[in-house]
Amino acid sequence: MADVAIEIAGRSFESRLILGTGGFRNLETMAEAARASGAELATVAMRRVDPTARGSIVEVLEDVGCSVLPNTAGCFTAHEAVTTARLAREALETDWVKLEVIGDDRTLLPEPAELLEAAETLVADGFTVLPYTSDDPILARRLEDLGCAAVMPLGSPIGSGMGINNLYNLRLIVERARVPVILDAGIGTASDAAIAMELGCDGVLLASSISRAEDPSAMARAMRLAVEAGRLAREAGRIPRRLYAEASSPTEGVPELS
Amino acid sequence: MTSVTLNGEQRLLPDGSTLEAAVRESGAEAGRGVAVAVDGEVIPRAQWELPLRDGQQIEVLRAVQGG
Repeated sequence: MADVAIEIAGRSFESRLILGTGGFRNLETMAEAARASGAELATVAMRRVDPTARGSIVEVLEDVGCSVLPNTAGCFTAHEAVTTARLAREALETDWVKLEVIGDDRTLLPEPAELLEAAETLVADGFTVLPYTSDDPILARRLEDLGCAAVMPLGSPIGSGMGINNLYNLRLIVERARVPVILDAGIGTASDAAIAMELGCDGVLLASSISRAEDPSAMARAMRLAVEAGRLAREAGRIPRRLYAEASSPTEGVPELS
Repeated sequence: MTSVTLNGEQRLLPDGSTLEAAVRESGAEAGRGVAVAVDGEVIPRAQWELPLRDGQQIEVLRAVQGG
């Protein structure tokens, strides 16, 4: 059996799937999908207290064996993201953060300059920073050099379900990185997750593809299997692509039948 | 009375009220899993005994589904 564990900042996880919890109809559906996905880490967002809200997402995630990974979703500047991370640390007693700094509402693409500034500040402040980044190999390298514990390039825009738009860039990021590469955003279905893993990503982070699927729990299981299959295939070593066929049956001993 | 903005809404609290009173006023349950920013600065739980001042902008946050 190939190695299936992943280590991020000295912490080991059996599952290479990180679950985003956005988009589930309710906490029960989320819990069921989290269980089916096998994820041990799940993102949460920080928002104003809603006195009418029922249940605690943190407790539900704890029950299914998921640690929480707070994100800074909705932040447009380094200042907002840093403050949000510090609030999450205070509320959830974790110094891990999925750092998101967004450039605009329509694409939700990362704002590179603000992202770098926020990453630098948070690393200096003792955070374990997992930045959501564009699929730019140079930006990924800069984030790693700043001391981020992983880099999390997008496959395509958040929630778009387009899969991996730039396989080449992702390959360049994977090839060079010395920290784990987690494909974060854009996955639409199981094959996208498998492709990311076959390409050499260390893990995937996905939310909408599970939470907005018709049957979230079944899709969660599909993703779990896809991530494992992709990882195993990567480690098994695929055959090279050829332009022409290579016979799989012996070419010797073929009878003359004409 | 002291007038503050609590999670985006104007609120009047009795003079001398603490930040902790404002947290309760926001509807947060027992303070667990909750964090507070006043005028954009994170205020650790140990300082929630501080009295409120007029015009403060208070944000009381908790974890929700997301990401």
